Amino acid sequence: MRRIYVKEDVCIGCRLCEIYCIVQHSKSKNIIKAFRDEPRPLPGVIVEEKGPISFALQCRHCDDAPCVESCITGAMQRMEDGRIICDIDRCVGCWTCIMVCPYGAIRMDQNRKVASKCDLCIGEDIPVCVKNCPNEALMYEE
Amino acid sequence: MQKIAYKKDISGCAVSGILNTNGKKINGGYIIRSIANMHDRSNGLGGGFAAYGIYPSYKEYYAFHLMFDDLNARERCEEFLDKNFLIEKDEDIPTRKINTTADPPILRRYFLEPREEKLNKISEDDFVIREVMKINSDIEGSYVLSSGKNMGAFKAVGFPEDVGNFYRLEEYKAETWIAHGRFPTNTPGWWGGAHPFALLDYSIVHNGEISSYGINKRYLEMFGYRCTLLTDTEVVAYLFDLLVRRHKLPMKIACKALAPPFWDEIDRMPEKEKKVMKTIRTVYGSSLVNGPFSIILGFKDGMLALNDRIKLRPLIAATKKDFLMVSSEEAGIREICKEPDKIWSPKAGEPVIGLIGKGVVEEG
Amino acid sequence: MLTLCKGEFSVERDDDRCIRCLVCVRQCPFDVHKYDEEEDRIYSDESKCVGCQRCATLCPTDAITIRYEPMEMKENANWKTYHLTNIYKQAETGGVLLTGMGNDKPYPIYWDHILLNASQVTNPSIDPLREPMELRTYLGRKPDLLDIEDGDELILKTEISPQLKLELPVMFSAMSYGAISLNAVKSLARAAAIAGTYYNTGEGGLHKDLYKYGKNTIVQCASGRFGISPDYLNAGSAIEIKIGQGAKPGIGGHLPGEKVLEEISETRMIAEGTDALSPAPHHDIYSIEDLRQLIFALKETTAYEKPVGVKIAAVHNSAAISSGMVRAGADFIVLDGLRGGTGAAPLVTRDNVGIPIELALASVDQRLREEGIRNKTSLIVAGGIRSSSDVIKAIALGADAVYIGTAALVALGCHLCQKCYTGKCAWGIATQDPYLTKRLNPEIGTRRLVNLLKAWSNEMKELIGGMGINAIESLRGNRLQLRGVGLTDTEYRILGILPAGE
Repeated sequence: MRRIYVKEDVCIGCRLCEIYCIVQHSKSKNIIKAFRDEPRPLPGVIVEEKGPISFALQCRHCDDAPCVESCITGAMQRMEDGRIICDIDRCVGCWTCIMVCPYGAIRMDQNRKVASKCDLCIGEDIPVCVKNCPNEALMYEE
Repeated sequence: MQKIAYKKDISGCAVSGILNTNGKKINGGYIIRSIANMHDRSNGLGGGFAAYGIYPSYKEYYAFHLMFDDLNARERCEEFLDKNFLIEKDEDIPTRKINTTADPPILRRYFLEPREEKLNKISEDDFVIREVMKINSDIEGSYVLSSGKNMGAFKAVGFPEDVGNFYRLEEYKAETWIAHGRFPTNTPGWWGGAHPFALLDYSIVHNGEISSYGINKRYLEMFGYRCTLLTDTEVVAYLFDLLVRRHKLPMKIACKALAPPFWDEIDRMPEKEKKVMKTIRTVYGSSLVNGPFSIILGFKDGMLALNDRIKLRPLIAATKKDFLMVSSEEAGIREICKEPDKIWSPKAGEPVIGLIGKGVVEEG
Repeated sequence: MLTLCKGEFSVERDDDRCIRCLVCVRQCPFDVHKYDEEEDRIYSDESKCVGCQRCATLCPTDAITIRYEPMEMKENANWKTYHLTNIYKQAETGGVLLTGMGNDKPYPIYWDHILLNASQVTNPSIDPLREPMELRTYLGRKPDLLDIEDGDELILKTEISPQLKLELPVMFSAMSYGAISLNAVKSLARAAAIAGTYYNTGEGGLHKDLYKYGKNTIVQCASGRFGISPDYLNAGSAIEIKIGQGAKPGIGGHLPGEKVLEEISETRMIAEGTDALSPAPHHDIYSIEDLRQLIFALKETTAYEKPVGVKIAAVHNSAAISSGMVRAGADFIVLDGLRGGTGAAPLVTRDNVGIPIELALASVDQRLREEGIRNKTSLIVAGGIRSSSDVIKAIALGADAVYIGTAALVALGCHLCQKCYTGKCAWGIATQDPYLTKRLNPEIGTRRLVNLLKAWSNEMKELIGGMGINAIESLRGNRLQLRGVGLTDTEYRILGILPAGE
């Protein structure tokens, strides 16, 4: 399965990955509208930063995924192609997944009271964070 | 005619050459017929011939063919010759009056031996070259058409067949003949600018335009050559003189300097050969003759024909018994030899070399 | 003290487009942009803007425009804004003004007055897409002649001096690790290896990660002797003694101690945090015979297996100096012209010292030919080569190859803001700040440089093919392929070219 890998030595902390993730998961997919007019989704990628070190962190889509196992409603599920998504219609916001995730890659969407995470951009060949990283710090590879 | 600043000799042309590898002599009629058969490759602005073995009684002397614009030039040049050479014999070059060669200059030949006290530690050949350069560039109105031993160049404004007729070439017998018909597009018709271009024993006829002239000339200038004859062909003659006579490179190696194989070919050669070729290209890069050409070089031991490295001008070779013939067109060969034993188109950059006493040693 | 120098740029932010993503805030190393959370607004302090265009380039909504809008002084023909602001700065600081990159004053650029020839009718032009077209060049000392024995097989009796093989006559100029980031050096080294050419270490020594690119490295030996050891000298394919640099002829270099971090300290073999000062001259070269001693000391150290060259800034008597350098044993000489770049130089030196490379090249090539020693050395020129046509013109004037420095940095993203000396390069090139150096991903840098060389190489092939030439050596020194426009008789004479129409 292809996953997103990060090269932290060339991550420049610009956070364009977060911005494009928000746009991709917005209603209009228009960058200006998404930020100004619509309820803004949480980015599925978070740039962690300390001093000169930074890197983008997304869900690792683990083979042995604690979030899927611990989900009390079955909202957190593995798709056929291996990626893990959260079905927000079934998510009740119990945050168990957030507690068990070893990477801290799942966030609380306080507006909708559901878990929010990277879905590897359903429908896209390459996730938008990878495609738009200006310094090729993100790779999408087997 | 007054000397003008250098203009590159932009021209199309016909070339032809005959060699008997056993040194048998033939008269000038054949080469005239061969070059005349390619009449349309010339435009009447220049034709010429060189012949080897024509002065057996004076073969120890440098035979200078000289051309003077007027008596004044002749006087000054003869004074110069007298100062530097012992003149064994001098005479007019025999010509016949024909209608098509207007205003012939004064044409004289001198059989010369350098004055020993003038040599001053340089070889006779180097001395002769230096004096030839001096006459051409410093004595106004005087031009050396050829300066080798037992050979001579005959050239004029006109179609080559008329030039041959003018000089009465059917009366000469030579083991090597080379000929040229010229189609210049920008230089004025000038007798000195016709081919062959000759220096010492080398004479050269050339169909082509040399894109690398600018650097070939500057390279030769480093070695004391002066390019004065308003034609880019002279650089080819000087390059042969430099590489073969002075640097003593084998003739076929000199050809590789002028028309080297491509680097990707060299890269694929066996190790030893690769090293030789790489070194030649590295060291002799400035003598690469770029642009389209076919040339025929006459020298005392034989004849050489060579194409540029991508064969942008025509060149055909043929043999019949002990004769080697080369020509711009097959027609130039068939005209004098209906049924050659072998006829072929030499490869780009590969020389055809015929040597007296040794036969055809390189087939191109 | 009130500063009389205002910023030179205006920062325009289209508020309809700005989404407050703060990329500009994070990317500006000069702290121009500040986000005010209370007002949800970004303020820009234009006085700090250097015009590097980093924010405008990375802004995802194209909301930012940086315009060059210097303060409109009341100029007159004599007193330009340039002079006024320089005086203000000096009156405020009492210091020597510093700058980065090459001379930007309007001295004549002769490349732009030289036109190339093409074949028509009488000589076929050659199509590089269909015919071989050769740019390969060998640099190094060549003998006057070869001794080859003919026989059943050819025997080459002359051993020629070591040569550098270039697949195209373009190399990367000396730029030290220190002046530029390790990622920038890595990009240059890898690109040189892929393209079959060379990069130059400058005087910064050789970082341990770069030894593996030795085959494509020219190691420099400059007056500060930083990082020089037998291992270093033997690590490259050639050695270049740096006497001078086009951007600052006659003066040395200064890498401030704050840039001498651990790895630079290790590479340069100096203590961490100390200033790296290169003296103006080599203190063991006060004359030409001293240069000869250094050349041969370096040749001894490397067992005569590597060409040793000498680089000088193009100055008034370059021709005579070059002749001396060749006779002193330089296998190649490098002329760095007036417009050559630098990481830091005093403004007054950069803008007023040296001569244009075109004139230096023409006179040096001619002089070496007149003395019959042109083949004993290769001639490399640097300083202001901007395009493939500049390269072709340089070669036709007589160069064997060129060095590109600024052009290579521009390929890496440099926007010529000329603030290299601040160490805050927003593009991660001329900086050692770990937050900024990451911005140059050496993989991308390598690719961009390789692309540039590939594009230039293809363009050069088109140009020489058009002239009816299929090997670069037939262009080298072939000034008949050049014509000038708008020059004086003296300039035509020095350049050795004819005016167009003749």
